[in-house]
Amino acid sequence: MRTIPFNQLQETLYHQTMDNGLDVYVLPKKGFNKTYATFTTKYGSVDNHFVPLNGSEDVKVPDGIAHFLEHKLFEKEDRDVFQDFSKQGASSNAFTSFTRTAYLFSTTQNVMQNLETLVDFVQAPYFSDKSVEKEKGIIGQEIEMYNDNSDWRAYFGVIENMFHKHPVKIDIAGTIDSIAKITKESLYTCYETFYHPSNMLLFVVGNVDPEEIMTFVESNQASKSYKDQPPIERFFDNEPESVAEKKKVLPMSVQVAKCLVGFKEPNPGRQGRELLKHELSINLALDLMFGQSSENYEALYNEGLIDQSFSYDFTEEEKFGFSVMGSNTSSPDELADRLYKMVQDFSKNPIDESQLERIRKKKIGSFLRALNSPEFIANQFTRYRFNDMDLFEVVPVLEELTAKDVEAAVKNHFREDSFTVCQVVPK
Amino acid sequence: MAIIPHEKSSCGGLTLHKIQTEKYKTTTVVMQFKSRLTEDTVTKRALLPYVLQSGTENYPSSKALRTELEKLYGATLGVDLAKKGDFHIMTFRMDFANEKFLSEDKPLLEKALGLFAEVVMNPKKVDGAFDSSIVDKEKRTLKQRIQSIYDDKMRYSNMRLTEEMFPNEAFGLHVYGVKDQIDGIDANNLFEYYEKVCNEDEVDLYIVGDLDEISIKDLVTDLFPFKERTQASTDITEKASLEVEEKEVKEEQEIKQGKLHMGFRSGISYADDAYYALQVFNGMFGGFSHSKLFRNVREKESLAYYAASRYESHKGLIIVMSGIEFKNYNKTVDIIKEQLTAMQNGDFNDGEMKQTKTMIRNQLLETVDDAKGMVELLYHGVVSQKLRSLEDWLDGIDAVTEEDIKKVAAQVKLDTVYFLKGEEA
Repeated sequence: MRTIPFNQLQETLYHQTMDNGLDVYVLPKKGFNKTYATFTTKYGSVDNHFVPLNGSEDVKVPDGIAHFLEHKLFEKEDRDVFQDFSKQGASSNAFTSFTRTAYLFSTTQNVMQNLETLVDFVQAPYFSDKSVEKEKGIIGQEIEMYNDNSDWRAYFGVIENMFHKHPVKIDIAGTIDSIAKITKESLYTCYETFYHPSNMLLFVVGNVDPEEIMTFVESNQASKSYKDQPPIERFFDNEPESVAEKKKVLPMSVQVAKCLVGFKEPNPGRQGRELLKHELSINLALDLMFGQSSENYEALYNEGLIDQSFSYDFTEEEKFGFSVMGSNTSSPDELADRLYKMVQDFSKNPIDESQLERIRKKKIGSFLRALNSPEFIANQFTRYRFNDMDLFEVVPVLEELTAKDVEAAVKNHFREDSFTVCQVVPK
Repeated sequence: MAIIPHEKSSCGGLTLHKIQTEKYKTTTVVMQFKSRLTEDTVTKRALLPYVLQSGTENYPSSKALRTELEKLYGATLGVDLAKKGDFHIMTFRMDFANEKFLSEDKPLLEKALGLFAEVVMNPKKVDGAFDSSIVDKEKRTLKQRIQSIYDDKMRYSNMRLTEEMFPNEAFGLHVYGVKDQIDGIDANNLFEYYEKVCNEDEVDLYIVGDLDEISIKDLVTDLFPFKERTQASTDITEKASLEVEEKEVKEEQEIKQGKLHMGFRSGISYADDAYYALQVFNGMFGGFSHSKLFRNVREKESLAYYAASRYESHKGLIIVMSGIEFKNYNKTVDIIKEQLTAMQNGDFNDGEMKQTKTMIRNQLLETVDDAKGMVELLYHGVVSQKLRSLEDWLDGIDAVTEEDIKKVAAQVKLDTVYFLKGEEA
């Protein structure tokens, strides 16, 4: 077991890689009642084209299958795992993102027993024709719920606009038609390919003893017969730098219009510290451009073009990245034009050092705040790790970023042909 | 040691709640203003906190104020409105880093609390009233905020259900106020209302963090010179009457999924002894994934992705929510009613009851891991005028019997079934 102290933050992280390749991290949190654990595979909605384990040819699987698998893993031949957790005083859940599927529980009691349940249920799939059919009704309603959600539609619409081919443009849950094609067999194919321990990470945060956890996971994993697995071959078509569509307008049953604009990262592929620097640089730039202390925010708010729903974010993974910003608005077209122009003006001018300093402080403060949350720590640490980054490097990297770094990242990211607009308007 | 290290004291016109803990990397400050929810004040009250956070005498614009917050390592400032029973609660929150985790260690607390006080006590004024340009902007934003409730179908359905259940009572009002009243508000009459709030509202200030060695009380007395209240508030929420006729309300919009919201009355609120049993009842009925609603509506019949119930602690309501296909309306309503009947008949086993108690215990303990959650929990005691320690609460849940649950279930009465569905082709 490796001990990694963070003196300034007064936290200590413990790490061990098991013989079968599973990475386990433990962060003890004194004084917390709750223990929160996530068991995550580096497998999400974008991984729809790959060579199956022991297969010789690549396959394409139906849209929404990673999410479907997430639902079905809870159901066993004789029982429902949700119930096991709740009998042991834990609440369990799971989520699927573009690049990850995470299973989790939180509890204030029976930590070791619940941890065993988590690890064992994820590592023992049981899929049947009948239960696969039954789930189609439930997920169908989940899909419809999102279809009626105007914020989600606007957000997804802007991502869809950006990409020509990359599967990040496909809705995580798929469609009612695409999930109809999912079978027990296709679920097993995905499971066997992506749920090998060497493709997974277990994170435990709470009032726990790291030694006890490591010892338990070690013996638990040793009792299961995993064969070493070669690296997974995933395929992604070449994605052009430019966006696929410049604008989309979605009429929906709303009273207030929404306008989101996005910039597609033209050359993703960064990992590790390089990615961390780039991601933080763009996020600092967004704060400088559109934070509540910016002239832009003040102007847009005073003119009634945005309200408190205004938000912005940049995220990048191994094969794709994008920034999105926007708001509820009375004038969706004008807002899109203004946002574009503000970004252009910003990228033409040098960054003001004193403003950068202030935003840097703000970011460091919000990172500290985020560390109050066990959920944030486990989920973000895992996401960073899967991109070869280290969550606890955020403050050091923030401290070393210069105005020049941010300017360079801005020039690279915010381009004319990477810009797109998605609006939701009243029907 | 108590699970929540809560120290309460009177500080002039406000009550200070100090919660000393080393759990967090930040300090959280929450100020709650409590006053009756009334049709005359609801809209002004919905506007006021947004005006206050838009400029102070020393930081006369939102931009100036936000710049100052960023300098304090990104201290956050937020305002919020809530309906708790018959009260309309105005909340101001601030959260800032504890300097012991920063490479620079200038104390932040005094500065941050000073800025917080600026927002609440020292708003930007023009000729003895608010700045009308700020008020106008916030009026426009409030209109948009009210309109956008319609756009979130789950929130909209909740609002409509409440309106239908309480057509002639203040409780039927939405916390964002009434859109048609906005035009009648101006910088003068809003300022008058602000002064009334400062003089008459019941004010509670919570400070959560590593506070030892700091003389918070002096600082607070100094920064928040509210006049002493002439008498302690004894005002409590009137429980929703159980004398109701069941009714059904259907509405159509161009949507893909139907939103089914059912409102029940229980006649039990936070201050009652039966509150524990109500919580266990709700947990078994629809509060968790092992509950009757989740198991029967979702797992057994595949009718929905979500099917859950939650309770309103002060008015004594239970609200069931589910998203379904339009054609499954009757079937789903029947199944939900059957689950209530099952609870009334005691058609549940000891395992279900134990499981539910364990989960509620878990939920309560998890809530207090979060500073905001801790304040929420404590504030129930202020609204209901019944202070309950977390230890008592946990014991109370534990002591609930099968008979208690059946008794509570028997009291639960369906009031309104609200269904938002798609337009007929």
